[in-house]
Amino acid sequence: MTVLLDVQGLSAFYGRAQVLFGLSFHLNAGEVVALVGRNGAGKTTTLKAIMGLVEARSERLSYKGGSIAGWPAYRVARQGLGYVPEDRRIFTDLTVEENLEVGRQAPRGGHQAWTPERLFGLFPNLAEMRGRRGNQMSGGEQQMLSIARTLMGNPDAILLDEPSEGIAPVIVQTLAEAIRTMKQEGVAVLLSEQNWAFAAGIADRACVIERGEMRFQGPMADFLADDALRAETLGV
Amino acid sequence: MDPSFLAVQALSGFASASSLFITACGLTLVFGVTRIVNFAHGSLYMIGAYTGATLVPRLLEWSYGPVPFWAGILASAVIVGLIGILIEVLLLRRIYGAPELFQLLATFGVVLVVQDLVVHVFGPQDILGPRAPGLRAPVEILGRRFPSYELVLIAAGPVVLGLVWLLLRKTRFGVLVRAATQDREMVSALGVNQALLFTGTLFLGAFLAGLGGALQVPRVAANTGMDLSVIAECFVVTVVGGMGSVPGAFLAALVIGQLQAFGILIFPKSTLVVVFLLMAAVLVVRPYGFFGRPEIIGGGHAVGIVSRAPSRATLPLTVALMILLAALPLVADAYLLKVAIEILVFGLFAFSLQLLIGVGGLVSFGHAAFFGLGAYGAALAVKWFGAPMEAALPLGLVLAALGAALIGAFVVRLSGIYLAMLTLAAAQILYAVAFQWVDVTGGDNGIVGVWPSPWANERTVYYLVTLVLTAGAALALMRIIDAPFGYSLRAMRDSEARAEAIGLHIRRHRWLAFTLAGAAAGLTGGLYAFSRGSVDPTLLGIPTSVDALTMLLLGGIQTITGPLVGAGVLHALRDQIMPLTDYWRLLLGLAIIAMVLIFPRGLVGTVQHWREVRA
Repeated sequence: MTVLLDVQGLSAFYGRAQVLFGLSFHLNAGEVVALVGRNGAGKTTTLKAIMGLVEARSERLSYKGGSIAGWPAYRVARQGLGYVPEDRRIFTDLTVEENLEVGRQAPRGGHQAWTPERLFGLFPNLAEMRGRRGNQMSGGEQQMLSIARTLMGNPDAILLDEPSEGIAPVIVQTLAEAIRTMKQEGVAVLLSEQNWAFAAGIADRACVIERGEMRFQGPMADFLADDALRAETLGV
Repeated sequence: MDPSFLAVQALSGFASASSLFITACGLTLVFGVTRIVNFAHGSLYMIGAYTGATLVPRLLEWSYGPVPFWAGILASAVIVGLIGILIEVLLLRRIYGAPELFQLLATFGVVLVVQDLVVHVFGPQDILGPRAPGLRAPVEILGRRFPSYELVLIAAGPVVLGLVWLLLRKTRFGVLVRAATQDREMVSALGVNQALLFTGTLFLGAFLAGLGGALQVPRVAANTGMDLSVIAECFVVTVVGGMGSVPGAFLAALVIGQLQAFGILIFPKSTLVVVFLLMAAVLVVRPYGFFGRPEIIGGGHAVGIVSRAPSRATLPLTVALMILLAALPLVADAYLLKVAIEILVFGLFAFSLQLLIGVGGLVSFGHAAFFGLGAYGAALAVKWFGAPMEAALPLGLVLAALGAALIGAFVVRLSGIYLAMLTLAAAQILYAVAFQWVDVTGGDNGIVGVWPSPWANERTVYYLVTLVLTAGAALALMRIIDAPFGYSLRAMRDSEARAEAIGLHIRRHRWLAFTLAGAAAGLTGGLYAFSRGSVDPTLLGIPTSVDALTMLLLGGIQTITGPLVGAGVLHALRDQIMPLTDYWRLLLGLAIIAMVLIFPRGLVGTVQHWREVRA
């Protein structure tokens, strides 16, 4: 298995306050890794730091073998690392098809390119509302659109921040299904999730963060089996 | 009224609406994507007019006909578009994250630079361009002659609207522009290089400004006053239409064009008054204009004075300074006293602006309005009633306070960039009134014979009068800044929502601050009028407002004494450097840009910062 994203000693700051303390982990090609932890543990900041959206330091931050440390977000995205933010950030003035257009990048070798048609196959709800504006969509529909928009950049891996947050349970099922399909298509996923039950169904491995530090890394099954760890780090 | 007259008035209203829309559309597009209100947009328009008036005749000489004419117009617009790219790469790119006050000041620096460069490149004379080949003969409409070129202009507005609409809806560039208008960071996280997008937008915006200017070539002579007059009108159009909205700009331009065409029947002297009334009416009903939305405006961060512990040295220092200043006539000659009077006057003027900007976070770009009202109030009291200085000064102050109360009642409904644009437009309208209402204000010549009462006519005495009044007002303002009222203003500056949540009446406090600042500025205007013996419209002009802002910036926006120091230093520099060079505005503009980029703390702010770092 090849290492796609390699993070060593990642620290991040908001002004003078340090929120991440030397995190180290990696993401292999084609796997789904869940970043779990309580609200405020530093999951979102980790994803933003990798994307170059917050001030961060690291010993090593590489993607597909090359360093992306200190890069602006657009260059990271162009390198084939997609990002789906937790609050979805749909362009509400733009239609579904226009939102997808913003995310479009040239196809990368190795995968079949994503097109709006293929994405409508993945998220059938979106197919019925191509011309609808973002501000007339439900939270779940916006979440699907946000993922589809990032896939339009034909990434090898995506950072997916809290996709199940505030979404109706029936849509959460669709999302889980879509993430499994993405994995089959060869897209690696780094998933930040508070909802461990959701993560349990789709992730191969778990990385548990507590107060900006890595508490556990290992197969998802091991995390699920360790009730004490779960109780301590998630309170469940 | 004769219907043919009405028809012709309406048509000429549509023609000016078209020109205005084409220019304002560029401003609103650039704002949408970059969130910068580009003051230099009017300068780009002016460059377009000069380039067109110079380039088109050469092309026509080479081959006379409509094709070279229109090619020349388009080429002028493209040249201006390239200048827009230059401005983006050299300046705007560095200030996207800066507070809006700095953005406005930096782009105003460009305005000053361009003013001198235009004179240098094109000469000081106005340049009247050629008429359009094939459109020289007027057409007859209901028996009246109407210039056929105006008909082309009428069509140009909707054509540009249609093309911009197609560009925004049907191209990838347009989709990206609309997405970036809403969420720049997300666009970037999806792999779009913002820098290219911004540069492209600046090209488009500048192209439209240049086109607007070049299209004027057959109608009006290119002149050096175009930049500020068109930027004030564009501000009105974008504020009324809603910032960032292209259809809004179109609708607003249409309404304003008609109002100007027919307003002339109501206020023959100043059609701009009607425009201001419209703006006021629209903003009362829709504070964000026809199609504007609040979220587009929010998020600007104010810079202002920082809280500090009261120092025990303040009182003795103040007393010592007062004694020194009072002793100045013992050593100074008449010229130095004249300079000292001006520094005192402008020091208080800048300080009164500090109450709005540094304390209240209200970025006023039209503070000269109250300076000018104070000056004209005092001068008119002398001219009409033969009032002595003792009565004329308070009358000027009252007129300025009333003006500030009236304008303030509208502008405190807004914040951030809207407020800056509205105050500028209000001042520009007063300027137009002073300029055009010749019977009352004396027009361009102003009013002369405004001398102090005999007892104060001697320069030393007048200096002492000025010192007592300005120092008294400055101390009163300082007291206000440290009073609960000042703290309330600062709280609102830092967080409007939280200030409101603890029960502060934001509009009322701000309105009071506006009135107080206007009154203080009015006092300085009156003092200035009596020191020179005359008033003229430049006292109300944008450059006067910017002088005050420059003093603030130079001294340090985050300090209380900064404006006073800034006034002294700027005045001294001007006194020394202006006689030596023809490029004072160019130097001043470059200095403003440099201060914003590398010295944003100002003189006093830098000293304070050093002391804090060392402590």
